[in-house]
Amino acid sequence: MSYIVEMLHITKDFPGIRANDDITLQIEERSIHALLGENGAGKSTLMSILFGLYQPDSGSIRVRGKEVKISDPNVATSLGIGMVHQHFKLVHNFTVTENIILGIEPRKGPVIDIRAAEQKVEEISKLYGLAVDPRAKIEEISVGMQQRVEILKMLYRDAEILIFDEPTAVLTPQEIHDLMQIMRRLVAEGKTILLITHKLKEIKEVADVCTVLRRGKLVSTVPVAETDEEKMAEMMVGRQVSFHVDKGPARPANELLRIENLNVKNVKGVLGVKNLSLSVRAGEILGLCGIEGNGQTELVYAITGLTKVESGRIFLKDKDITHLSIKERIDLGLGHIPEDRQKYGLVLDFTLGENFIIHNYYEKPFADHGILRKKAILENAQRLIREFDVRSGQGAMTPARAMSGGNQQKAILAREIDRSPEVFLVVQPTRGLDVGAIEYIHKRIIEERDKNKAILLVSLELDEIMDVSDRIAVIYNGEIVGIVDAAATNENELGLMMSGALRKTGDASSHRAHETVRV
Amino acid sequence: MTARKEKIVLPLIAVLLGFVLGSLIVTLTGRSPLSMFAAIIKGFSGIDIINRQPINTRYIGEFIIQAMPIILTGLSFAFASRTGLFSIGAEGQLMIGSISATAVALLVEAPKVVHLPLVLLAGILGGALWGAIPGILKARYNVHEVVVTIMMNYIALHFNNFVILHIFGSVDRVKTAPFPETALLKSPFLQSITRQSRLNWGIIPVILAVVIFSFIINKTTFGYSLRAVGYNKEAARFAGMKVSRNIVASMAIAGAFAGLAGAVITVGTFNFGRVIQAAEGYGFDGIAVALVGGNEAMGILLAGLLFGGLKAAQPLMQSQGIPREIAGIIQASIVLFVAMKFGIKMVLDRFERKQVPTTEGDRV
Repeated sequence: MSYIVEMLHITKDFPGIRANDDITLQIEERSIHALLGENGAGKSTLMSILFGLYQPDSGSIRVRGKEVKISDPNVATSLGIGMVHQHFKLVHNFTVTENIILGIEPRKGPVIDIRAAEQKVEEISKLYGLAVDPRAKIEEISVGMQQRVEILKMLYRDAEILIFDEPTAVLTPQEIHDLMQIMRRLVAEGKTILLITHKLKEIKEVADVCTVLRRGKLVSTVPVAETDEEKMAEMMVGRQVSFHVDKGPARPANELLRIENLNVKNVKGVLGVKNLSLSVRAGEILGLCGIEGNGQTELVYAITGLTKVESGRIFLKDKDITHLSIKERIDLGLGHIPEDRQKYGLVLDFTLGENFIIHNYYEKPFADHGILRKKAILENAQRLIREFDVRSGQGAMTPARAMSGGNQQKAILAREIDRSPEVFLVVQPTRGLDVGAIEYIHKRIIEERDKNKAILLVSLELDEIMDVSDRIAVIYNGEIVGIVDAAATNENELGLMMSGALRKTGDASSHRAHETVRV
Repeated sequence: MTARKEKIVLPLIAVLLGFVLGSLIVTLTGRSPLSMFAAIIKGFSGIDIINRQPINTRYIGEFIIQAMPIILTGLSFAFASRTGLFSIGAEGQLMIGSISATAVALLVEAPKVVHLPLVLLAGILGGALWGAIPGILKARYNVHEVVVTIMMNYIALHFNNFVILHIFGSVDRVKTAPFPETALLKSPFLQSITRQSRLNWGIIPVILAVVIFSFIINKTTFGYSLRAVGYNKEAARFAGMKVSRNIVASMAIAGAFAGLAGAVITVGTFNFGRVIQAAEGYGFDGIAVALVGGNEAMGILLAGLLFGGLKAAQPLMQSQGIPREIAGIIQASIVLFVAMKFGIKMVLDRFERKQVPTTEGDRV
């Protein structure tokens, strides 16, 4: 058995923390090796060491049996190690080929030989089944395609060992499926893949071996075939994790949110939401699922008041809120966990305490005659931190920026739930979070349901929709193509509806031919 | 290093490096950096370390006079900056403040307790109005404030000169008739303790402005919403804040600080309305002061005093045979080093890590 990469007894310290503690990682050639761990477990540090971004304090690295010192990413590249970063590093108004050759442009005399480059990109793309158009501009292709360009970038540089950093975080279910295929193809063609992730299902599906890290230490390395998701989760979190979301039956009562024949334009000026009607009742969770970009964002913006609607009406507790301001809607009892927590949910440069009062900073007890009351703000923060187990270095005074993603999300959740909104709009609440945090957030959302709140859950994660919702509405191309009972449906049926191939409205005449959503 | 400590240590290092660079340049021109420092010390304290003469408090008064307007324009830039706006408009707002003060000083007749506050108020309002215009354009039509404020500086300059030359009538095509005593900040007391410098009661509105700045930003709900908009406009909008209104208010208040600077110069340093040949640099100095002062009231006060002192030391340097431009170079390089603060921080962090062995700790 030959190892292509061996990281032996790697230790790396940062001020105040040992990020990697005596970790040994051995990767077989032509395999998919998953690196699993919660946020902050040391996965990224370890991979950054392998890629030459950090130097280990002790330990050694061997590539193809030879001890190497990877002092910077260029050394890593020359050793055949390539990395697909979670956030792509692409120039948006360049073509695919221009991005790929950036830094190693082939020349023909004094000019770049773009033809030759395009040809080579095309060849590689064909070999691995990537189906990328070398002449397309980055801004014109989908996120999934952009990721393939990142993969092509490595292949163009003859990388043999490919590191994927949380590659599925930004992808739709279909794109995830395609990526898995590509990974298998890459291995079949002789590459070795290191997959950083905290999604157990993907590991189970695609990886051969899995190494689990927890708090900087190696927990175990196991063959994936001999383990299951429960066991991996337990190793990762350090305790038993229930995958099954525990919840009693819904007891839906009166209707709290009603949307009637809503039409909303998207940023391109065409209708993103078309004649959409929905209703959510007190005591139920309505899950809205669909492939990204099918009108979810426009719908959410219309409900919260960020976008004007073209026509149609929105009722909150039987009051028409279609033309009310954001503020008025909030005051009427609309709570919102936004999709992008760092952009919309938090002011990252504010402290945790300041973030907690963002809706009612001008009210008693937080302010008196326009003057902020520090003591009340602090007490409020301490209470929420305790109640929602928000972990932060300096308590209420911690800048939001310094907190982990999971704790940022918990902070937003704490703030919104504490206001006790009757209609709760929850968008992508667990994106990028680890198992422990996901479990907690789902639990709190269901608790809100049981307190007779109406919850609209918008998510791209099919599992999340199926586990948490009571009813599921599927959105496709700006329209609701079906509403089903969560207990009576399955992934297959939802997938068909999400792609527009199936309608469940009972109206046979509205059946559509299958449409390709993305190219 | 904690964020708080960083905010104090980094500018101090920048200042130090600025002086090191200044000394280096003086040495290269063949003079002694000691005489440069002697001139600077004299500019700040009136102590003549070369000729061992008694303290001349006149220098102190003169350096504070230099510092007063740039502290105010520094507050102006910083206030807009805290709301995420980049205002280059202090210069023009200052001129409008100045012409408004001139108008009230010349046209209103009242006892000093009424007249002087009215003059200052006119300056504040004039500046606020001039600041509100780019604010409205930004909030309503999304016109970039940098472009608008720069252009409005020119309009202000020529408007000022037009009013003085053609409406109030200039004595010698340079200045208006002198203001009545009741409109002046002049203080025989302050003059007497600073050996007849031009120091005046203008220091009181300046100190008040520093206190008010800090109070609004840090203690009020209004300041909270301004900061929220400044740090993250989208999150503020999501939380239901009125972003446009905040932008206008913030630009108007920034203008008010600069307008006050105009009034303080007009009825403090001078006692007549002036024709201004070209921008006098108060606006840009204010940006520098705000940058070095980290957009905080206290920092701006200290940075304003430092830059005021350097300005005051320029003629003294010249008398020592050192080009006066050196003071300008020091000032510019301090700003440059402040802008390089991330680089300085990296060096410091590396230094710190080597010094203190890291210990294992829990991560949060």
